[in-house]
Amino acid sequence: MIVTTRQTRFDSLSLDCGETLAPVDVAFETYGTLNESKSNAILILHALSGDAHAAGISHETGKPGWWDNMIGPGKGFDTEKYFVICSNVLGGCRGTTGPSSINPSTGCPYAMSFPVITIPDMVRLQKMVVDHLGIERLLAVSGGSMGGMQALEWAVSYPDRVAAAIPIATTARHSAQQIAFNEVGRQAIMADPDWNEGNYYATKPPARGLAVARMVGHITYMSDESMREKFGRRLREKEAYGFDFSIDFEVESYLRYRGSQFVERFDANSYLYITKAMDYFDLTNGGGSLGHVFEKTTARFLVISFTSDWLYPSYQSLEIVNALRSRNKDVAYCELPSNYGHDAFLVEVGEQTELVRGFLARTYKERT
Amino acid sequence: MGALVEARRGPFVRDVLGRSDYAIISGLIEPDSKVLDLGCGDGELLEWLAENKRVDARGIEINGVKVQRAIARGVSVYQGDIDEGLADYPDGAFDYVILSQTLQETRRPLQVLREMLRVGKRVIVAFPNFGHWSVRLAHLFSGRAPKTRLFPYEWYESPNIHFLTVQDFAELARKEGWTVERRIFLSGHYLGTVLPNLMAEVAVFLIRK
Repeated sequence: MIVTTRQTRFDSLSLDCGETLAPVDVAFETYGTLNESKSNAILILHALSGDAHAAGISHETGKPGWWDNMIGPGKGFDTEKYFVICSNVLGGCRGTTGPSSINPSTGCPYAMSFPVITIPDMVRLQKMVVDHLGIERLLAVSGGSMGGMQALEWAVSYPDRVAAAIPIATTARHSAQQIAFNEVGRQAIMADPDWNEGNYYATKPPARGLAVARMVGHITYMSDESMREKFGRRLREKEAYGFDFSIDFEVESYLRYRGSQFVERFDANSYLYITKAMDYFDLTNGGGSLGHVFEKTTARFLVISFTSDWLYPSYQSLEIVNALRSRNKDVAYCELPSNYGHDAFLVEVGEQTELVRGFLARTYKERT
Repeated sequence: MGALVEARRGPFVRDVLGRSDYAIISGLIEPDSKVLDLGCGDGELLEWLAENKRVDARGIEINGVKVQRAIARGVSVYQGDIDEGLADYPDGAFDYVILSQTLQETRRPLQVLREMLRVGKRVIVAFPNFGHWSVRLAHLFSGRAPKTRLFPYEWYESPNIHFLTVQDFAELARKEGWTVERRIFLSGHYLGTVLPNLMAEVAVFLIRK
């Protein structure tokens, strides 16, 4: 399945912070075929570092999508039955308007003059894409991590437009620990002299800071067990300690490699803005019960968490599930066993495929 | 004893999904109702009810593998413990709450039953009858914890921690002031009416507050 990223432009988007962005570009991909009644559309929502290329092989890069093991013919999100959409989030750097985009009123990149965005802002833009495609009601919205936050936001903000939501490894509000890790990442970027208050587009990007941010991120995406299995205390291309501060351990080498790779494909300012949006995310808006928030939702929910995910622990998924149950909403919940930590939602394909396939089939049968 | 059972047995019950208690339970449920099945396993009864009675089917199951299988069938199952799992549901959330062959495994059966009656307008409880003659004989003659077809476990492996008889349940219902709308007794594939506390292998009660 060779796929091409498409682009569309909207005149303007009003933001939670009070500002308006104009115009706004969105990069998106679609897979499968929209049926005549337009009732088989599924919106996939990506996590912090994802993009619109969720599935298939990219026409431009030759690379598979970030959730290619879950989306495609015969897969969990079966493109032989469903029409699947994925767009790059607002604030991103992969084709959708973000801090690295040119501000039409200055002719220069927005950089830190880009307004602070929120998860609801991202969702509002996605709704414009869905409207643009002429889809009245989505069969499902789904994503892991920050994608799960957007799925929840969709179900709450547009209850009539979503038949089902599948939030995976996510939370209804960022915890102090989650905010803390994001803040470490942001501080690493901002402490890099190359960041230069965000004005680096004409010079060189804060590669060291962004790499450190990504390294911290990667640690939080794994588990003690998965790191022990993958690296242990193995040394990197040496028999004994070097007694210096070059690379000794495999795990150091891995993190540095991942960090330096990330710099190639991600914008540091986007990292600041998107992590901030995650930190601001709180479905209750800082008050009221979560049950109250779900009062008007009509979607069926499938909530999935993973045993070793300590970044988005199961208790946060249970909080969502119990709030839904308190309003007698249709919700299925499963904590899948996995050693992969938060990364599990990208890795544990077998079980997720079964869950998603059955849940979608029933939704399609009952709700369309 | 066997001959007596033979002589006294009632009409034959056709299985649902290979189980006669499922046949009784599904017979008690009105179409298009909202049903919660506690300890629903892999959701086969709920799926059957959804397809054959168009019920809005929900379940609670503690075993993760079974929860996965249930969700894969398209049944909305919540992975949790039935001893605590009902607390979040509002009052009267369901038309029926089912507890099939699990009451004897709960830590606090009375608490579970009260919670079921809070969240359900009607409650269906099916349980193996510890008063059945085979259990009594096994205990009497072996002098050991009874091991029978109904209670097949060694005492140290049994999930059953609260044993009850038909009479025990009827007595509890009277004490709690529950209305027993239906009581159905099964011996193998046959309905039984005579001496249920002695003859019933499985009892199914339909109760409400």
